[in-house]
Amino acid sequence: MSMPYQERRRILQAMLAAGGWALLPPASAQPAPQPALITRPIPSSGEQLPVVGLGSWITFNVGNDAQARAACAEVAKAFFAGGGRLVDSSPMYGSAQAVIGDVLARLKHPPALFAADKVWTGSGGAAQIEASRKLWGIPRFDLLQVHNLLAVDAHLPLLLRMKATGRLRYAGITTSEGRRHGDIVRLMETQPLDFVQVTYNVLDREVENRILPLARARRIAVIVNRPFRQGELTQTLAGKPLPGWAAEIGCTSWAQVLLKFIVSHPDVTCAIPATSNPRHAAENMLAARGPLPDEDLRRRIVADVKKLA
Amino acid sequence: MSEWWTYTLSDLLMFSRPTYFRLFALLNEAVWPAQLVAVLVGLALVAAILRGAGKAGRLAAALLAICWLWVAWTYHAQRYAAINLAGPYFAMAFALQTVLLCWLATRRRAPAIASWRGPLGGLALALVLAGLLLYPLLAAVDGRPWQQAEVFGIAPDPTVAATLGMLLLWRAQWFLWIVPLLWCAASGATLMELRAAQAWALPALGLLALAAMLVARLRMRPLPRQHPSSTG
Repeated sequence: MSMPYQERRRILQAMLAAGGWALLPPASAQPAPQPALITRPIPSSGEQLPVVGLGSWITFNVGNDAQARAACAEVAKAFFAGGGRLVDSSPMYGSAQAVIGDVLARLKHPPALFAADKVWTGSGGAAQIEASRKLWGIPRFDLLQVHNLLAVDAHLPLLLRMKATGRLRYAGITTSEGRRHGDIVRLMETQPLDFVQVTYNVLDREVENRILPLARARRIAVIVNRPFRQGELTQTLAGKPLPGWAAEIGCTSWAQVLLKFIVSHPDVTCAIPATSNPRHAAENMLAARGPLPDEDLRRRIVADVKKLA
Repeated sequence: MSEWWTYTLSDLLMFSRPTYFRLFALLNEAVWPAQLVAVLVGLALVAAILRGAGKAGRLAAALLAICWLWVAWTYHAQRYAAINLAGPYFAMAFALQTVLLCWLATRRRAPAIASWRGPLGGLALALVLAGLLLYPLLAAVDGRPWQQAEVFGIAPDPTVAATLGMLLLWRAQWFLWIVPLLWCAASGATLMELRAAQAWALPALGLLALAAMLVARLRMRPLPRQHPSSTG
């Protein structure tokens, strides 16, 4: 008889908390021993999360295209095989939630999944969350976030109530492209948030000034969206030779450099690159292993990317 | 507080270029052999233009109405809506245009088709032919599989292109132009964000048709009655 979902999940979380990720059987054969997966604790619980997650903006919105859905399943398979956990979506992403549900069913609901979704629009938050949950095909979300602070005064109390009654594990808020940082700061200062999701990458670093230090002070986990500026950075850097320092941090692609820059910030919990390419998903997960750049190298990465971009 | 003004089109575009163009391949596969019927409808439109009688105008309006309804349902409602939250609204707009074309086909005074000879008529015929002949070739020109061909009566852009030509030939009322021109803008903006080579095609055809329609209206406007004192 198979172990109940919640039981498998509880055991997995206990293993992760004990640093026993390496005890998990690999989803696919690894060609060589890999450096340990880098994880960060969610400050409000201590639960460990791998520093690279999976976004679904654009890439998982493929509608009813069976071929594209199969490709999404390969992406997710590579992601989980690489040790990934956090998958992020939103009702605003078209068919992405339905595709994630399809993908999770194909992969027989990987127990490592950390399901992160959002609530948006002005009304009907509870119904919307229930519709999203059904699309994912999961018992409950781990994290729900108020998407771009839309109707935050109505939605955030709802999420906090759901958390208080055990229907949700973590509550958070999101923004992107630097919007409404003043409101984000106000909510971080006044609300019992577990997560905040912001845009941060080599070229968009405004959050370093106020939001990341505040997240550390308030013990709020930070999810980073648009790590590649919606593909703009990786496209610009494609074909340009990697500088010699990339090997020092175990990077074989610009995408890994860009991700390692983000997750090397001590206040970042997890970056969520999106891709429709399984090979890229596997490459991205390798950014969650091996050495991370120190402060000097971080400065050098910024300078070099600015020169090339 | 809402800050919609800070959103650019790229923030709202929620699907990729391959996903968008794959829709046409899936649509073509699903509705085959409707494309053959669409070709016959296209030929009937050209015949109506060449014939130019009142009944031909009614027939052309009725055929276009069917095409718009078909696109509203099979493309916008059933497929585009799956990847674009605005899809249902586009379906409603195309259904509205269907109603307007039905009205045109059934009103008491038959919609006469102007002669295709001359600059305006020639442009109108060219727009119709662009929808029928040029659009299906764009996929191949862009290096995409021919299965992704956008066919008149099946896909929205060629249907709108051909409709613009017919609206010109009918000297149609202003309200019949609204949905087609809005779609020219919406489709062009979407394709521009997707960096598709054909992005400018439909907006350019829309502007050409709009300019030609304005010229036609100016020509049709009766001369102002002269004031007696100015006859001098």
